[in-house]
Amino acid sequence: MSAVNGTDGEIGMNGGIGMDGGIGMDGVNRAAGRQRTEDERAPRVEAGPLLHIEDLQVDFTTMHGSVRAVEGASLSLAAGSTLAIVGESGSGKSTTAMAAIGLLAGNGRVTGGSIRFNGQDLVGLPEAGMRHIRGRQIGLVPQDPMSNLNPVSRIGTQVGETLLTHRLATRRDVDAKVVEVMEAAGIPEAERRSRQYPHELSGGLRQRALIAVALACRPQLLIADEPTSALDVTVQQVILDQIEQMTHQLGTAVLLITHDLGLAAERAQDLVVMHRGKVVESGPAARLLEDPQHPYTRSLVKAAPSVAAVRLAPGAFAATHQGGRPGGHPAPDGGTTGASGPPAAAGSGSTASGPAGAAGAPVPTAAATASGPAVDEPLVTITGLTKVYPVRGGEDFHATKDVSLEIPRGTTVSIVGESGSGKTTTARMLLKLITPTSGSITFDGRDVLDLDRAGLRDFRQRVQAVFQDPYSSLNPMFTVGRIIEEPLVAYKRGGARQRRDRVLELMEQVALPSSMFRRYPAELSGGQRQRVAIARALALQPELIVCDEPVSALDVLVQDQILRLLRHLQDELGLSYLFISHDLAVVRLISDYVCVMKDGELVEAATSEEVFTNPRHPYTRRLLASIPGNELQIDTDVA
Amino acid sequence: MLRLIGKRLLLLIPTLIGLSILLFLWVRALPGGPATALLGDKATPEAVARVNEAYGFDRPILEQYFIYMGRILSGDFGNSLLTNRSVLEEFAARFPATLELTAFAMIFAVALGIPLGYWAARNVGRWQDQLAVLLSLMGVVVPVFFLAFILKWVFAVQLGWLPTDGRQDPRIDATHYTNFFVWDGMITGEYDAAWDALLHLVLPGVALGTIPLAIIARITRASVLEVQNADYVRTARAKGLAPRLIRDRFVMRNALLPVVTTLGLQLGLLISGAVLTETVFAFNGIGSFLWDAIFNLDFPVLQGFIIFIAVVYSLINLLVDVSYGLIDPRVRVS
Repeated sequence: MSAVNGTDGEIGMNGGIGMDGGIGMDGVNRAAGRQRTEDERAPRVEAGPLLHIEDLQVDFTTMHGSVRAVEGASLSLAAGSTLAIVGESGSGKSTTAMAAIGLLAGNGRVTGGSIRFNGQDLVGLPEAGMRHIRGRQIGLVPQDPMSNLNPVSRIGTQVGETLLTHRLATRRDVDAKVVEVMEAAGIPEAERRSRQYPHELSGGLRQRALIAVALACRPQLLIADEPTSALDVTVQQVILDQIEQMTHQLGTAVLLITHDLGLAAERAQDLVVMHRGKVVESGPAARLLEDPQHPYTRSLVKAAPSVAAVRLAPGAFAATHQGGRPGGHPAPDGGTTGASGPPAAAGSGSTASGPAGAAGAPVPTAAATASGPAVDEPLVTITGLTKVYPVRGGEDFHATKDVSLEIPRGTTVSIVGESGSGKTTTARMLLKLITPTSGSITFDGRDVLDLDRAGLRDFRQRVQAVFQDPYSSLNPMFTVGRIIEEPLVAYKRGGARQRRDRVLELMEQVALPSSMFRRYPAELSGGQRQRVAIARALALQPELIVCDEPVSALDVLVQDQILRLLRHLQDELGLSYLFISHDLAVVRLISDYVCVMKDGELVEAATSEEVFTNPRHPYTRRLLASIPGNELQIDTDVA
Repeated sequence: MLRLIGKRLLLLIPTLIGLSILLFLWVRALPGGPATALLGDKATPEAVARVNEAYGFDRPILEQYFIYMGRILSGDFGNSLLTNRSVLEEFAARFPATLELTAFAMIFAVALGIPLGYWAARNVGRWQDQLAVLLSLMGVVVPVFFLAFILKWVFAVQLGWLPTDGRQDPRIDATHYTNFFVWDGMITGEYDAAWDALLHLVLPGVALGTIPLAIIARITRASVLEVQNADYVRTARAKGLAPRLIRDRFVMRNALLPVVTTLGLQLGLLISGAVLTETVFAFNGIGSFLWDAIFNLDFPVLQGFIIFIAVVYSLINLLVDVSYGLIDPRVRVS
C-alpha cells in the first residue's frame, strides 16, 4: 500500500488512511518503498527527487537593512523518504522549509536559487498557483499546537476546510471524511472531538489534529517544523511515531526540522546541518553522528544532551575543576552510592574528590574546606509537602501529594517531570511564593513556613531563583547593571561604589563582558540574559539557588555553556541547586540526585546514576525511553 | 449562559442601591438644601420651611431615604421642576430620539471604522495606513460640539444638503406611536416622514459617531495587525485556503473580539455624550432635556437620568458580554 505515484499524488483514493498497515517493519519497508518509487519514477520525464533545493538564498528586510537568513542552501529529498534539517535557532532551518511552502514572513524573500518540487520551480510561482500545492501536495505540521489552531473554530471545521478547499470532500460527506482522517491521526472519539474547540483539547491531541489537517489531503511531502518541541517527552515520542506511521502508509516524504540532533538521527535517514544560514554538512544520519566532519557538527554532536548524556556523566564537569566537591554526601534515602560511583572515579582520577578520604591521600584540604560545619545535616528538608487547590463543584486538585526530599549541601537535586507533575509547584513552595496546604520545609534547620519578619528577610537572601524564560524574567526597562544590582539595593548592601564593583565582579563570574553593564535585556541573546539572571541570583551570596527550567528556552550549545557555568559556580561557591526540568537529558548532565514526579507525587528519588542506570519505577523507565536518540548507541568520540 | 445573565442582573441590585444612596445624599447636600433648589435662592425662610414640611425634607435622614427608595421602586421619580410633568413621562417622550441618534452614530462608526481599520492594517506602513491613522487621530482630537458646528455650517447652512436642526420637518404631518420617528414612518407607511427623519439624523449622527469611529478603527487596525501574524493564520495559508476565507474566518473573527469589548463601552458613552450634539442640532432628545435640567438644577430629572443611564449601561455591557460569548468559545466555558 505504499505505492507512491510521485507526480500526481493519487494515492489510493478510496482506501482511506486506515490504520491497517504494519507499523513494526517500517525500517526495511520504507527503504524498499523508496527504492521502488525511484524505479517507478525512472522512466518519467524527470527522474529527479521530489524536492530539490539548490543554492537557496533568502533575505529579510529589517529596519537595519537586508539580512540574509539562508545562504546557498542545497538539499534533496526523494519521494517517500525522510530528511531532517538540524540547527539552532537562527540557523535558517525553518526559513528554508517555509521558503519551500512559500510561507516566508512578510518581509522575507527568496533572492536566489531554486526550489524544485516534482520538477516544478516554486520560486516565483504566483500565489494562486502556490495555493493549490499547499495543503494538497505539501502539508505542514507546525511547532506549537497551542497557537496553530484557530481558537474560535471547531476542530472538525479546521480539518474539513482543507478537504473542501482541495475538493476532496463535498459539503455532504465532509463530516464523515473528517472523522475518518482524525481517527487515522490517532484521535480517540474522533466524532465528539471534531465538534470541540481547540481549548478543550490537550496539547498532544491538538498536535494530532494538526497532523490530521496536514495529512488530510494525502500530500506527497510533509514539512514537520519542530513538531514536538512544545510537548512533553512521553507525548513527543507518540506523536513522532504517529507521523512516521501515517507518512509511511501514505508514502509521504517528510522534511523534518528540529534542533535536536538525537531526534533527527532517530527519525531521518539523511541529515542536513545548518549553521548561520548555511548548510555546513549533510549526509546519512549515522555517518554524521559517528564521523562528523565540520567543526560545528562536531560541537553540536558533543553538546546535544540527548546524544551526549550517555557519555557525559556528571563527573565530566568535575574533571575541569580543582575544588573537590563534598566527598561522601549522604543520599536522600540512605547509602552513599553516588559518591563512590562512576562519576568521581572515572571523571578525575587525579583530583581530590571522592577517593580523598578513602585513600588517605595528602590532600585533606578539599574535604575540610568544602565540607564546612555541618555536612551531615541537609541544607533543605522537605517533608510531606502537599498543595491542594479546591475545585468548585468538583474533586480537589492535588498539585503535589506528600512530597519529601532533601537537598544536601553543595549538591544538585533535580526534580524531573512532565507538565502538570507538580515540580514547579514544589519549587515555588520552597521559594515561599505559595503556601503549602500541609507538610514542612526546613532550611538550614529552621522551619521555613514559620519564619518571623527577620527570619524571612534572612531566608530571602540565602535562597535565590533563576527562571525559565530569560526573555520575560528580566525587567526590560532596566539596564543589565541595574538588574544585577537590584537585590543589593533592596537589602542595602554597601554604598553605590561598592555595589558597582560587586556587580562588575558578578558579571565577570558569569562571563559577561563589562561592556554589557549599560545594555538593556532586549539587546542581549538568550544565553546572555540567562547569565544576567544567574548573576542577579548570585548577588547576595545565596546558599541555595532554585533553577526552574533554566535552560529549556535556550539552544543546545548555549544550554551546554549555561550548565557548565552553573556547575563551575557550584564548585567555586559551594552552592546547592534545586534544578527543575522536564528534560531528562539535561538533568543527567548536572544532577547528583534525581527526583521523578508524576501527577503531584514523587515516584522515584535516588542518585543520578541510580536513576539513569537502574530506574525502578515504570514511569521513570518510560521517561528514559522517550529521550530521543537514547537507543542510537552511537559512539560519539569526538571530544 | 442563563446563569451568567442572572448573575449579572443580580449584580445590578447593589450597584443601584449604592447609586441611589449617592444621589440621595447629593440632593441633601445642595446649597441651601432641596427646598432652596425648588424655590430658588430668593425664597423666604417661611416658604422653605413650608416646602420642607410638604416634601418631608425635615424628617430624619434615614426615613427620608426609605421614602425616596419606596417611590423609586414604585416607578415614581417625581416631577420635573421645569415642566411639572412626571420624569418618566418626559423620558418616554425623549429617550427614543436619543436612542435613534445613538444607533445611527454607532452604525456609522462600525460600518466605517472596521473596514478603515482593516484597510489600514493591510497596508501597514504605506500611505493608506498613515492616512487612516491621521484621520482617526483627527476624529479623536476634534471636540464633538466643534465638529457638530462645522458639519452644520458646511452641509446644512452653506450647501443646504441636509436639514439644520430638529428631528423632522414640522410641516410633515407624521403619526407618532413609539416616538422613534424613522420607525414610526416605516410602520405607518409614511415613508416620506421616515426619510425626512433619517435625513435629520445624518449630521448629528456623524458628529456623535466620529469619536467611536476613530477608536474602533484604531483598535481594529491594531487587532488585525496582531492576528494576521498569528500562527493559526499561517497554518490556514499552509492548508491552501482561499484568501477570503482566511480573512473572514481566521483574521476577522479573532480580530473583532477586542473591538466588541470597546463597542459596549462606546455605546454607553454615546448615550451620555449625546447631550452636546443634541444641543447643537436642537434635537429634542434626552440630551437637550438634560442640558436644561443641569442649568436649572432640576434634581428629580437628574436623579432619574443618572439611575436610568446606570441601568442602560449595565444592560448594554451584559449584552456585549453575552455576544462575546457567542463569538469566542473560550469565554463560553469559563
